[in-house]
Parts: sequence; C-alpha cells; structure tokens
Amino acid sequence: MSERLLLEVRNLSKVFDVSKPWLERVLNRESKKTLKAVTDVSFSIKKGETFALVGESGSGKSTIARMIVGLYPVSAGTIVFDGLDVTDPANAARFAKERRRLTMIFQDPYASLNPRWRVDRIISEPIRAFGLMRDDKEIEDRVGELLRLVRLDPLDGQKYPHEFSGGQRQRIAIARALASNPEFIVCDEPTSALDVSVQAQVLNLMRDLQGQFGLTYLFISHNLAVIRHMATRVGVLYLGRLAEVAPTSGLFRTPQHPYTRMLLAAVPDLHGFGADRAAAVQGEIANPIDPPSGCTFHPRCGLANARCKQEVPQPRPSGNALVACHAVEEGRTTTAQAA
Amino acid sequence: MVDVLLEVRNLRVEFPTRRGTLVAVDDISFGVRKGEVLGVVGESGAGKSLTGAAIIGLLEPPGRIAGGQVILDGRRIDNLPAEDLRRVRGKQIGMVFQDPLTSLNPLYTVGQQLSETILTHNPQMSEQDARARSLSLLLDVGIPAAKDRLNAYPHQFSGGMRQRVVIALALAAEPELVIADEPTTALDVSVQSQIIALLKRLCRERGTAVILVTHDMGVIAETADRVAVMYAGRIAEIGSVRDVILYPKHPYTVGLMGAIPALDSDVERLAQIPGSMPRLTAIPKGCAFNPRCDKAFERCLIERPNPITVGSRQIACWLYDSERTEAAA
Repeated sequence: MSERLLLEVRNLSKVFDVSKPWLERVLNRESKKTLKAVTDVSFSIKKGETFALVGESGSGKSTIARMIVGLYPVSAGTIVFDGLDVTDPANAARFAKERRRLTMIFQDPYASLNPRWRVDRIISEPIRAFGLMRDDKEIEDRVGELLRLVRLDPLDGQKYPHEFSGGQRQRIAIARALASNPEFIVCDEPTSALDVSVQAQVLNLMRDLQGQFGLTYLFISHNLAVIRHMATRVGVLYLGRLAEVAPTSGLFRTPQHPYTRMLLAAVPDLHGFGADRAAAVQGEIANPIDPPSGCTFHPRCGLANARCKQEVPQPRPSGNALVACHAVEEGRTTTAQAA
Repeated sequence: MVDVLLEVRNLRVEFPTRRGTLVAVDDISFGVRKGEVLGVVGESGAGKSLTGAAIIGLLEPPGRIAGGQVILDGRRIDNLPAEDLRRVRGKQIGMVFQDPLTSLNPLYTVGQQLSETILTHNPQMSEQDARARSLSLLLDVGIPAAKDRLNAYPHQFSGGMRQRVVIALALAAEPELVIADEPTTALDVSVQSQIIALLKRLCRERGTAVILVTHDMGVIAETADRVAVMYAGRIAEIGSVRDVILYPKHPYTVGLMGAIPALDSDVERLAQIPGSMPRLTAIPKGCAFNPRCDKAFERCLIERPNPITVGSRQIACWLYDSERTEAAA
C-alpha cells in the first residue's frame, strides 16, 4: 500500500427534498421538508487499501457511494479523485477521460444485470462504451479472460443471467466492473444478498483480485464481521455523519465512540452461547427527517450530557482514530468504563 | 422422552410441477422438548422455512405434505381438517414472520388486531378484558407509551417496534410453541439484538418452546439449545448448539462454520465450499452434498445417508457410519 491518496472526500453533504407536492403543501400551509442523508463527511482513501463504511439502514452509506461514482449530484462538499476535483463542473471533460478508472459493484446481483442481454454483452459493455477496444475478436478474448478471472468458464458468456446462481451473478458483476481496468471499485453491500458459503467465495475472490491488480476498494456493508475481514480502515456512520474513523484492528479491539461500542456489542457471537445482549443496546436509529439536536446519537447514549444535546461534535484525533464525540474528547468514557 | 412437545417424523414436502414432482423437504425427523429453543439453519433453498410452514399447516399450494407425521402434544396435527388446524394455529402454535409489515393488517389498529386474536381463542372473554390483556402484552414486549400505541396503525411503528407487535400477537393466545421464521433478518443489528433478547425472555418466562429459523449462526449460538443444520431439504446434522458450532462433524457444517467471518479472529482467507446449493430440479444422486464435498467417496455417490447417531447428535454422513469408523480405528 502506498501513501498516495486516491480518493479524498471533503465535507460531503447530501440533502434530499422530501416535501409533499406543491399544491398540497400550499393548501395545508406546510413548509418544505428536507432529509439530510449525509452531513459534512470527510475521509480519504489511500491507493491499494480497502476503506469500509459501516452503518445501519438510513446512515447514508449507499448515498455516499452513489455520490462518489456520480449517480447522485452532491449537495455540498468536494470529491477529489486522484488529484482531480470531480465535483467541479469545470473538470467534467477531464473526468470523463478518467471515468473508466472508477467502477461500482451493486448489492443485488438479480437487479444489476440486464436479463435480456447475454453475459458476454454485459461484460463487454464498458469496453465498448469507453472505446477501450474496437476489434470484435479482441473484445471476445478480453471477455473470456475476465470470465476466467472471476472463476467462470469463457463459454458462460453465451448464457443469460437467469441461468446463474446469485454468487455466479455477483461474479459476473465483478467481471463487468473489471472490464475497464479500473483502479478504484466502490462495492455497495456486495455480499449481502448471498448465502454464507457463497459469500466466502466472493470475498476471497475480491481479495485475490485486489492483490493481483492493486485495486483500491470502498467497501460498504452493515455486517461488521465481513468488514473486519476485508477492510484496512473503517468509517462508522450514524445518521449521515461519521462517528469514528479508525484502522480496522484498532476499531475492533478498542472501539471509542459510544455508537461503535454499541454496534459491536450488538453483534451476535458464534461463541456467545446463551449470551444476553439486552442491556447492550437501547433505542432505535432516529428519524433522519427530524434528527435529534446536537449529537444525533445522544438519545441512545449512556454518556450524553447537556453539551451533547446542544453542540454537534466534530471529528477529533484520538489515538489512531478520528472520533466525533464530546465524551471521548473530555475523557468521560474511561471513567464510565471503570465504573 | 416424556417432555416432548412436538415430534416431526419423516416429514416430506413436495411441489408437483408440470415437469415432475420437486421434493423440497425430504424425509426429516426431529423433536422439540417443552420450553426448548431449536434453531434451524441453512442457506436459501435448504427447506428451513418450508419445514416451519409445514408444521403449522401454512404451506402455499401447490406445496403439500406428501408423507410423514407432525405430532403436537401426542396428537397428530398434519392431517387435521382445515377448521381444526385453524384452532391449533395461534392457540397452540404461534408464528413470527420475517417481514413485520406484511404480517400486520394495515387497516386495523394494533389494539384491534391483538384483541381480535385474543377473542378468537378465548370467545368467553369480554372486550374490555381483551383490551386490557392487549395492553399488558404490549407492555411485555417493551413498547413505550403502550396505552396510546394501542390506537396506532402498523405504519406508525418503526420496523423494530412492529416486530415487537408481531411477537405480542404470536404470544397472545399463550401457545406452547412459537415458530419464528427469520424474525430479525429485516432488522438492523442494534434492533436485532433487542428482538432476540425479547423473544428469549418471553419464551423463558412462559415456558414456550421456539423453533427459530434463520441463516445467522451467531443468532443461533446465543439463542438456541439445539440446532438442526439443513441442506437441500435434509437435516445434515442435529445436536446441541455447543457441539455443532465448536466441533462440527458433517463436512457441510464444517465448511459453513469456516465460511463465516468472525468478529474476533483474523484469518487471511475464509474457508470456501465450492459451488452452490443444488436446485430442487437437480438434486444429486446419493448424498446431495457430494459434488461439493472434499471427503466424498464411492458410497456417497450412490447411497443417500440417513441420520447416524454419534454421541448426543445425529449426522447424515457416511463418514460416521459405524462399519467405516470401526475399520478406520
């Protein structure tokens, strides 16, 4: 892994308009409603590493992924890919040339492959779209090579997606993502729809490919065990804000943010026979349309005080990590642990 | 055993199709003791949900029980007329489904649905009593401001709160057995742990037995007393949770345990089982797991293994056939 930054996200925000239609709003004298899906998120990813985003539903992880690949426009903030600010419209033409270096793998392998296309056409689409190869024979050879890379048979290119199992489909999606020789792949819950034995195949394959091609991954998942297995660094999201960013080993050994601790305490453990986790977790994730004031985690946090209810905590360095928590900053967590 | 609550004997579930009959659950047998939590794990298509549906008589046609018996409290229930089975369902066996939104009626308040269930099973009860009982159920499952929430509709609840209501409904008639089919799969981890803890507490307090169907081994480890691992419509291995998780014996269970990434260990590579679960149209001859098994030998390709008792557990694998193990020893 080099020290070169491949992707830098600065103060990224995304606001969705969730208001009712104009007429209804005017008749009922309601104001516009917005949902802040992502607020002021900053992180950077080094070349060759796997940066993971973890969070529960509604935490904004997929929204961030979609903004990075350009599926959603950003509301505020910048995304810098290999030194180029891709959120600046002035750079659009330059980014179009770099576009092939950044691809995405989606969660649902049943929805992300066109059922009317044969697999060879699906995989060759990026090659043709980016004009990487023109000769049909050359493209056919490349598709065969890509299928072999993901441990499928080159003859499988003649088949349609419905002829494959979920795990095989996800491998086809990976082959398509690799078709444009990318350096950076955004993986949005790539194994959540798969069974465990198949998940292991896909995770192993993704690691092999990373070693082989020096790929950089942004890996999004709600499964902490999968993240621990795959990631070098982890960002924990809660209601659209980063609660903690830390190297994987540190995060799992000494989680600092109260939310990270709660999340880790909630995961059922293979060796936790008869364990009772009732005390570990309180409450549910709040409504993002009307989030709590101050630190959005305060209603569920055992360490919250008056300051937490008013002031939004900013990420501050704490050991190896960046933690957005007043209690960590003031050293209140250690006393609570001792008690 | 005296305290057996439910006994499933040689249960077989079939789906007749134009191209022939598909066997989704193939000759499985197990028992559930009073107050026990039996986990049923397996990957999609293993037949774990269908086993639950067959026990409670909720198989979607054309699926049907083609053989075997389901015995609850010494009484056979798989061949009951629909009307009698309806009385067993709810009164003796409660059900919790995966998706709490589809198992609640959106047009009735939560209080109405609870009262209706209670009155159906206790026709002599007055409406006020039913309502009071609904309230105490909502309090039991930990719904804040339960009194006001009785008049709320399902859409006004969050996912976790809805699943609590569904659990309250399943327990409304004080059944002896609850079948929970992936009760936390649609929920976030932090909510999942609350729901699992709730289910455990309520069933322990009431002495209710639970069949917990899930694909999550962690949930099984923390909740179940015994576990049945299913593969392609058969039980591969059944035994105490500790035995099966710490010392898996069936090659499929061994592979499955190695494939699960753990929170507390660093492995470079996960164990992987090659291939995937066969489709029902193409179940291999002999042991259904043989094409994916690295220990398979001739017999596995020809003859289907029946459960073999090894210590306190049963394993459907020829590796544990006594003749062979004696020869090896």
